This record gives sequence, structure tokens and C-alpha cells, in this order.
Amino acid sequence: MANGNGRVGLRERLTQAGDHIRTSQVWSSIFRPGSPFRAGYTDSPRNRSYVIMNNVLYHLHPVKVKRHAVRLSYTLCLGGLSFFLFILLTITGIFLMFYYRPTSPQAYLDIQALATDVAFGQLVRNLHRWGAHLMVLTVFLHMARVFYHGAYKPPREFNWVVGIVLLTLTLLLSFTGYLLPWDQLALWAVTVGSNMGAYAPVVGDQVSFALIGGVQITPDTLLRWYVLHVLFLPFIIVVFMAVHFWRVRKDGGISGPL
Amino acid sequence: MAGLPEHLLRRSAEARAKAEGRDVEEVLAELKGEAPPPPQESAAPAPAAADPEPAQGDTAPVEAPAPAAAASGPVRDLEAESAALGVPVSLLQRAMEGRARTEGKPIPAMASAPAAAPAAAAPAAAAAPAAAPAAPAIPEGVTTQRLLTVVKAGAIQQVKSSPQDKVSVWPHLLAIEFVALMVVTAGLIVFSVFVDAPLLEFANFNEQPNPSKAPWYFLGLQELLSYFDPQVAGVIIPTFGLIGLALIPYVDKNPAVKPSDRKLAIMIFSFFVFASAVLTTYGSFFRGPGFNFSFPWVDGIFFDF
Repeated sequence: MANGNGRVGLRERLTQAGDHIRTSQVWSSIFRPGSPFRAGYTDSPRNRSYVIMNNVLYHLHPVKVKRHAVRLSYTLCLGGLSFFLFILLTITGIFLMFYYRPTSPQAYLDIQALATDVAFGQLVRNLHRWGAHLMVLTVFLHMARVFYHGAYKPPREFNWVVGIVLLTLTLLLSFTGYLLPWDQLALWAVTVGSNMGAYAPVVGDQVSFALIGGVQITPDTLLRWYVLHVLFLPFIIVVFMAVHFWRVRKDGGISGPL
Repeated sequence: MAGLPEHLLRRSAEARAKAEGRDVEEVLAELKGEAPPPPQESAAPAPAAADPEPAQGDTAPVEAPAPAAAASGPVRDLEAESAALGVPVSLLQRAMEGRARTEGKPIPAMASAPAAAPAAAAPAAAAAPAAAPAAPAIPEGVTTQRLLTVVKAGAIQQVKSSPQDKVSVWPHLLAIEFVALMVVTAGLIVFSVFVDAPLLEFANFNEQPNPSKAPWYFLGLQELLSYFDPQVAGVIIPTFGLIGLALIPYVDKNPAVKPSDRKLAIMIFSFFVFASAVLTTYGSFFRGPGFNFSFPWVDGIFFDF
């Protein structure tokens, strides 16, 4: 359509370009049938099902859930937020890995440099730290929520156990990350914390030795905990999270209503 | 009619007697095969009797037209029509009868003789002038019904579960999750802009800060260290705490989920949650130099995230 000047307006051109893209083969190969981004999407029960079914989200959510389950007051989104915080921590953590060397004294200097030399470095570090504390909190509250709803009862007993493993792994992830800034706070908090493990009967000394890589915390401990923090524990926790989410679906979806 | 219970036989006889206006005992005797069927008109002899497997007496259409009425209708040559249309005679005849019935007209007579119709056209015989339906010509010992199956009431599986009130995940749940995610992200970013993560001096093995505190989630345990032996507070309590947590579903056998039906479980769990919250708060904010008790508003806060 032409405007007063007999020329095609910008808005028209953009609309045409948008239509052209959305009907292209590339676009429709990315967005599967039912996707709201696909050309000709209409809000119908069929498409509402397809949005989930034809989406990677189908691994997390069924097409339909019980009505009480979508009420914010039932779950408070705690489990979902824990998972989201884990993703956020992964992203910010990868960012931090670009600027961090797990050696002494470079570790401390790199953390300092985040605040001065790296664009958004301090912000990302803050997000990583506060997000980690928040995740410990949401995981714990999620556990309490599940308990008060009696959601650990059959057939969900095993998923509760998996949840306890996830809680432990979350604490370990937080604890191993605590040492990495290599400042006085990190060093002595980890010293106090890991000294407790040394009191374990029979195997205490061995556990302590394996964890901190020696009889006391040294720069070697830094490397060890760094690997645990960025590779080993995330790998383990992802495996357990996969089982956890899968069992939620297999055990009949979210529990309740009360 | 052997093999049929007496009461069923009697009920059948009563019904037939009522329909035909005859005596019950007479019909009953006839059904039992004790008395010969009443003499019928010789006009309806052949088809039913000639049929090797005799149809039940009831199949004889009651509305069989009187011969006079049949004679009055137009005569159609069904054989010729069948040849012309390629439709079997029996079907043509059934269509004709049906049409006549709905229009309330007498069924037209047909040119072809009913007796000549093949066995498949047995119903056609009904159109033959028969004044009254013939009594069943069922030989002795032949049962005219078959038991196909016995279905017990409980044997049918109830596969259909009771309907549940469900909503689509898209858009209802995903929208809520997306908003929750955005709110948390925004809150975290704002908080991170204004509050920096702590970074103290470079790690120094020779200078232990006073007090030295574990990360906050371990401060409850560190607090316990002031009361118990390190083996108890540092090892036994956390180990048994985690194992105990994991065992909850296998210890709590109460199937109820309503809070009012599981007061004991809720009380015990709440006690531990509350205790750990108190211990953590206490260890975080009320412990000063030497890990001795101190008021945070008097001596300051000895706590770092």
C-alpha cells in the first residue's frame, strides 16, 4: 500500500519483511508447529498443546497440569527458581572463569581486577555470589515446602532422597566456591568448615587430606577446589537434577492438592 | 423345548397366549411339545417348514397383510426389476415393503412366487398370504438361543480415571514461571549493583581473624561446636541429620497429606527447622571475638556473606 507520496512506507516494508522471514524455510524449521513465533499461530487448545509438545520444555513440563499446581501460593516457584539460579550461576560462572586463575596470589589479584579492569566484572561477580547464597536458600525452602505438603509420600519417596542429595551438592558447590577469592574471609571460613570434617571418626584425617590436598589448606587446595567447583560438582548435580525432574514427571506430576 | 426352565417357558407361554388370545395352558402344552400345534391354515405351509433351520416363530411379521389387500395393490414384476437393476429380489422386496409401510399403503403383490425365492430370501415368505403367524416349528431338543459369554460385574476394568481439573501449561504455568524468573533476575541485578561481594585482605596463613566463622549455612553447626564435642557437633549431627532427612519418607508411614492429619510430623520437622534457624542466626550475629556471645547492636556485626 502506498502513502500519500505514492511510496511504500517504512512500516509496510517492515511488515512485508517480517512476513517474508516468518514464512521462510529457515524460520519454520526452527519453530515447530504450535510455536507462537510461527506464521499463522492462533490461540487454540490444539496449539496450546503443541507449544509444549513440540518444544524442548516437554522434558520439564507436561501439556497440562492440575489447576492448583499453577497457583503461586502452592509452590512459590521455589524448585523452578533453584533450577533457574543454577543456570544463572553457570552463566556468570563461565564469565568469571575467563578472568580467574586458581593459583596464589593470582587468584586474589584476578578477583581484584574484576572490580577495576573488567567491564561489568564486579557486577557479574556480585550476581554469582548473591545468586549462590540465594540458591542455598531456595533449595532449603523448597525442601521445607515439599515437606509441609507431604509431597515426599509414596510414590515420591525416592525423589525426596534425590532432593536431599541435591541439597548436599548445593552446599558443597557453595562451600568450594567460597575459597576461590583467596582472601582472609575465604581462607579462614573454609579452614573452620573443613576442620569439622577432620573430626570424622576413623576416616576423618583421610577425608580432610583428600579434600584440601594436604594436612592444611595450601595453594594446592585452591586448584583442587576450583576443579571441584567448576567441573566435578556441577557435573554430578546436573545428573541428579535430570533424575529429579524426570521423577517429578514419572511420579505423577506435582503433588496435591492438599 | 428341553433345557428351558419351567418359569421361563410359562412366561413365554403367557405372553404368546395374551398376544394370540388363546388359553395359557394350551400354549404352554404346545411349547413343551406335549400337544400338537393348533391346526393352521394350509395356505402358509412351505417356506418356514422347508427352511432347514427354522426361524423363531416371532420372526414372522405380525403385520402380514391380508391376502385381499395384497391382491388389491398394483402387481410388480420383481424378477424383471431385479434383472434390470442388478439388485437381488429380496432387497427389492424389502424396500417395497418398507416404503409401503411408511406410506401406509398396502404392500403390492408381486409376480414372483415366494416359494421360488432362495433361502436367503426367507423373510420374503412372510409376505405370502398368511392369516396368522404360525406356531414355532422347533424340533424337540433344539435350543434357539446361544450363550455367547458371561460378563461378571467386576471383571470389566475401569480404565477411565476420574476427570481432573487441569489447565494448559502454556500459557498459564509458563507465564507465571517467566514472570517469577524475571522478578528474581531483576531483584538480583539491582541488589548486585548496590551491594558488592566482600573481598577482604589477601589470604594470610599467619593471621587468623577473630572470630573466624564458617560460611553462614554452616554457622548452626559451628554454634553447636561451642556446646558439644567436635565429633558430635561436626560429624555425628550433620551426618545423622542428612541421613535422617533422607529417611523421612520411609519412616513416616502416615499416608495423609492434610496438615491437620499429620501434626506430629509437622511438629518434629518444624522443630528442627526452627532450631537450625535459631542456631544459624545466633552463630551469625550474636557471636563476637573469641566466638563469645555479643550483641550485634553493641559490639558490631562479625559476619560476612
